[in-house]
Amino acid sequence: MSESSTRLNVFKTYKLYVGGKFPRSESGRVYEVTDPKGKWLANAPLSSRKDARDAVVAARKAFGGWSGATAYNRGQVLYRVAEMLEGRREQFVREVAEAEGLSKSKAGAVVDAAIDRWVWYAGWTDKIGQVVGGANPVAGPFFNLSTPEPTGVVAVVAPQESSFLGLVSVIAPVIATGNTAVVIASEKAPLPALSLGEVLATSDLPGGVVNILSGKASEMGPHLAAHMDVNAIDLAGADAALAQELEIAAADNLKRVLRPQPVDDWAADPGTRRMTAFLETKTVWHPTGSLGASGSSY
Amino acid sequence: MPTTLTAFADVTTSDSALRRFLHGLPGVDAVGLEARAAALGTRSIKTTAKAYAIDLAISMIDLTTLEGADTPGKVRALAAKAVHPDPTDRTTPMTAAVCVYPDMVATAKAALGGADVKVASVATAFPAGRAALPVKLADTRDAVAAGADEIDMVIDRGAFLAGRYLETYELIKAVKEACVRPDGTSARLKVIFETGELSTYDNIRRASWIGMLAGADFIKTSTGKVGVNATPANTLLMLEAVRDFKAQTGIQVGVKPAGGIRTTKDAIKFLVLVNETVGEDWLTNEWFRFGASSLLNDLLMQRQKLSTGRYSGPDYVTVD
Repeated sequence: MSESSTRLNVFKTYKLYVGGKFPRSESGRVYEVTDPKGKWLANAPLSSRKDARDAVVAARKAFGGWSGATAYNRGQVLYRVAEMLEGRREQFVREVAEAEGLSKSKAGAVVDAAIDRWVWYAGWTDKIGQVVGGANPVAGPFFNLSTPEPTGVVAVVAPQESSFLGLVSVIAPVIATGNTAVVIASEKAPLPALSLGEVLATSDLPGGVVNILSGKASEMGPHLAAHMDVNAIDLAGADAALAQELEIAAADNLKRVLRPQPVDDWAADPGTRRMTAFLETKTVWHPTGSLGASGSSY
Repeated sequence: MPTTLTAFADVTTSDSALRRFLHGLPGVDAVGLEARAAALGTRSIKTTAKAYAIDLAISMIDLTTLEGADTPGKVRALAAKAVHPDPTDRTTPMTAAVCVYPDMVATAKAALGGADVKVASVATAFPAGRAALPVKLADTRDAVAAGADEIDMVIDRGAFLAGRYLETYELIKAVKEACVRPDGTSARLKVIFETGELSTYDNIRRASWIGMLAGADFIKTSTGKVGVNATPANTLLMLEAVRDFKAQTGIQVGVKPAGGIRTTKDAIKFLVLVNETVGEDWLTNEWFRFGASSLLNDLLMQRQKLSTGRYSGPDYVTVD
């Protein structure tokens, strides 16, 4: 018999994050997640195509509100996410260390970089418009203005190796500009992603803006790529064969496709290209009024 | 089997006789009813059975627009959608009917042309039913004269809840007579009970019997204008009522759940209820209907998913 002071372990049930809620997989399946040495860490839900479908419905529902929010407001919400991450830093350091086989200090550096990445993208929400949009000179009495608009629902195949910094680096640019995301987490290291869902749920981010699924990209990816209500797909974590398959499937409704790019160091300055990949440019013409009958501009 | 109401001739002779009969109906086991409806809702309908169910459900829809803001243009658009629910796939069946307010019947009729889609019109001061009897009858005659094939009337819930059962019965009977056209044929009559306002399952069973005794061709759950509309439990209860009625009189009465049925999954649950309660005789749009509008979009998206293998989206169906 153990001593009365010994507590039983309270294991965490990792669940999906869809539409602001934490469901189990519709299929009821789970799979074993291990650290790089094969030691069991937890069971994660093995999502099915129906979970992906539900996530798309949730993301579509959230799109109107999130894309309609002011850029300033989105920035505040993303900054709040960073604040919440900071508060749970120890948990993420432990999970990243276990998932990627890193030392505590290296994992700490990774988590710090990820939090800084959120803050960095939070700052971009109300600045990207000035960088990629603006007034165009035209040969006529018109104001001609180009503004970036979010694409819609973006399916994201998260990086396989960098389970947290890589994940943050693909989610934050998608939602910073007003898109909503359906994310397939790293298959072998999904636990930091599933915990990120808990952070997002407590940081003013409307439910459905980010939906996180764990499982096989090869199982859910084709359905998301072919889904007529998904507007873009980020293939960051797909291998060459899968990326090609998904790109072909995505052609049917003319999805924007961001092909996988080799990333040596997720901590390096990412630039704006992950944001601009999921923006569309809207250009409007507006008469200047300088040809008014009175001869005045007003 | 007899096909007359002679066995029940005496129960409608007076208010007290009707009350005695209605209160003598067996009480409804609410827990059992809900459990049975929930259990039947867990059936898994897939692949070819699902394709069949989707097409059947589409063919059973009374495509409805009952808004103060209805315009002739909106009614024409609805009629076009009823005839070709999915213009990209001509194998999609037509809906059973379009359901509109009486003043839109002529517009709907003209827009449908010769297509085999009925025009149903609500009448009798829909949705509240708070008007004098002559007004209700004039409302009905108007709709029939404008060419309505089916009349969706509302009962006077006030009279029913106050216990004036015979008044309710006679209202339905009078409207039924108003459905007769000059050539002797008759528009089919659907009687709406507004189950959400009847408070108890016992009341729903009693209202069902009043409707059927008065000659309803269909009994319908709701107007879609109150908080609680069609639920699997109250629809199951009404299906049991029409089953019992047919067993005793030989007369078949249809059922129409309306309001709040928005997804393919919900619609299929209702079809399972029909099949398990009254059987295949009712699995046709002659005897079972859905009062719905947005349901059709979800059915079409699911149909596209089955035929193309990829999930469809709301961009590919009309939004109405």
